[in-house]
Amino acid sequence: MRTRPFAAPTRTRPFAAVLAALALLLTACSGGDGGRDDGTVTLRFQSLAWQQESVEANKELVAEWNATHPGVRVEYVQGSWDSVHDQLLTSFEGGEAPDIIHDASDDLADFAYGGYLADLRELLPDRLRKDIPRRSWETTTFGDGVYGVPFLQEPRVLLANAAWLAESGVRIPTPDDPWTWEEFRAVTKELSDPDAGKYGVAWPLKEPVSATLNLSLSAGGQVFHRDADGRAEIRFTAADAVVPRTVRAQVGTDRSASGSTLGMGGSDTLPGFFGGRYAMVPLGFSYRQQVVQQAPEGFDWQVLPAPAGADGLTQGVSPQTLSIAEDSPYQEEAAEFVDFLLRPENMVRLALGDWMLPTGRAALKDPALRTEKYGWSTGTALAGHLRPAPAQSVRGYPEWKDKVATPALQEYYSGAIGLGELRERLVEDGNLVLARYQR
Amino acid sequence: MRTGAAARAGQYAALVAYLVFLAFPFLWLVSTAFKPPRELGSLHPTWIPHDPTLANFRQAFDEQPLLRAALNSLVAALGAAVVAVLIATPMAYVIARRRTLLARAATGWVVVSQAFPFVLVIIPLFLVLKNLRLIDSVPGLVMVYVVWALPFALWMLVGYVRAVPVQLEEAAAVDGAGRLRTLVSVTAPLLAPGVVATALFAFVTAWNEFFFALVLLKTPEKQTLPVVLTHFIGAEGVADLGPLAAAACLATLPSLVVFAVIQRRITSGMLAGAVKS
Repeated sequence: MRTRPFAAPTRTRPFAAVLAALALLLTACSGGDGGRDDGTVTLRFQSLAWQQESVEANKELVAEWNATHPGVRVEYVQGSWDSVHDQLLTSFEGGEAPDIIHDASDDLADFAYGGYLADLRELLPDRLRKDIPRRSWETTTFGDGVYGVPFLQEPRVLLANAAWLAESGVRIPTPDDPWTWEEFRAVTKELSDPDAGKYGVAWPLKEPVSATLNLSLSAGGQVFHRDADGRAEIRFTAADAVVPRTVRAQVGTDRSASGSTLGMGGSDTLPGFFGGRYAMVPLGFSYRQQVVQQAPEGFDWQVLPAPAGADGLTQGVSPQTLSIAEDSPYQEEAAEFVDFLLRPENMVRLALGDWMLPTGRAALKDPALRTEKYGWSTGTALAGHLRPAPAQSVRGYPEWKDKVATPALQEYYSGAIGLGELRERLVEDGNLVLARYQR
Repeated sequence: MRTGAAARAGQYAALVAYLVFLAFPFLWLVSTAFKPPRELGSLHPTWIPHDPTLANFRQAFDEQPLLRAALNSLVAALGAAVVAVLIATPMAYVIARRRTLLARAATGWVVVSQAFPFVLVIIPLFLVLKNLRLIDSVPGLVMVYVVWALPFALWMLVGYVRAVPVQLEEAAAVDGAGRLRTLVSVTAPLLAPGVVATALFAFVTAWNEFFFALVLLKTPEKQTLPVVLTHFIGAEGVADLGPLAAAACLATLPSLVVFAVIQRRITSGMLAGAVKS
């Protein structure tokens, strides 16, 4: 799409004059900006909802708000996950950001520290503050402030070919009695027949860092440690190595995981899952929707909890968030709308639309999210084990992830480097990156 | 003779292979657009859908305002193409015909301007347009596209102008034609293919552009097609493939139509120029 870099404007006088004239002409043609003079407050709500049910749920809620709040009109603006960071950054710099911003907690650090987002501590009602657990609020707490309301989250689960597992006779794990990582490795080995192209698991690790770090919390891995001054330091302990070693062993030693899926995104593994090539695929909870839509008729599947380690089923998540722009002149009205949007019954509608879990305690109790159908009950049982993703509030994390951790983990999983070199690169190169951000 | 026939057969084979290579992504897109979700998840995808459906197109139109977005894109792309050509053509003529310091500087600017990544200019550009009250307006976007397309358009047109023999203009002058008459009756017809090709370049560039449209347009009613297409893509690159393919098919149509309509004009013009020179 973007085939050429942007061209800088000329400095020659005639051309500048032409452009200025053109600007005046175009300004005259462009008309007004639709601003209202009748005293009605208009808030712009940029939503990143993209699935049909989710978009419908959001639009319905906006319509319901507008019908009951004639003085505060909310305008629904469709954003895109694909480019939200750059788009928001430009909007903030230009003072044209939406009033209410839908994003994810791992994207907020720069905006929060940059002063672009309103501190919500004094804006949100008690009901909402108490409804969402503290561990979820921690995902949007930067320094002393709270810069977003975490409202939807998804654990990583095992989507499993139920018939294949039943036929093999392996023990089926539950949230109360999950597989350990060792057991998981043994099970995948038992399920596999690599010579026939059948594997116990397919790890889609195109983006290996978040998957590895989030799952490593179950084994007690942290990677990022803070000292008394709040400075972050990277360490790679035996607990941090549990998940990477398991994956590496499945791919390389046991041949119970397909090596060809290591470079794939989650959706790319589904055809092989449906086609009987992989017995299980570790994916985000919301991938269930794609399974429901795309699975062949009669395909028998189920949702299993990810394996547990020394810290049980603990996992890291980066919830979806709603924030309010610091520059918004209507922060209180925006907070009222956020409160409306996240009432328990509305949070349930949003969760169902996105096939994710709500963060709110009241919403999590809703029977619609407790049904066994499509594995909802397995997901809700995991909600209490979800923690802030490691490092999401660490400045320099994006650079560490892109320049150090992603290539190092990809090389480790593919067998190109060993655990020693992985540790060295993650820690030594990583701490050099962090040091630049923590001077 | 036999060698000639074999060479020709080889040429045709290479041409067919090249056409297949070029057409593959588009044909696959069309195939995907007509497949139901279950076929999209198949381990062994087929070229021809087993159970073709229009549901993806229905869903795409139901979910997103594709026609309105296409209209916005058309206005922006046509506006950019016309304005870019109007500005670039006389500039190119001057640069090609007058070897002045300014002409050389302009040529240098064209080269240097290609080195600026758009992320470097987007925030200053945003602020400039905001001061001009051109944020969230299609004319503002047209202006950006014009500035964006201008250097390369200029570069293209300078080449076309230089290809027109200056002796033809001198001959017209000898025959008594004034400067304007020479430009209109001699230079312009010979330059037409180049102008059309340049306009086409500006049109396609603007039609496909995504990031400026995303950043500069706030109101949903003003969004262009590439921006609306991203609404079918979720977090971590997960996409609603069927409707996305259906919408993308529609997005490729205008470019194909424009090419189909004017490609004969470009070709014949180029041939005409070759004979005359």
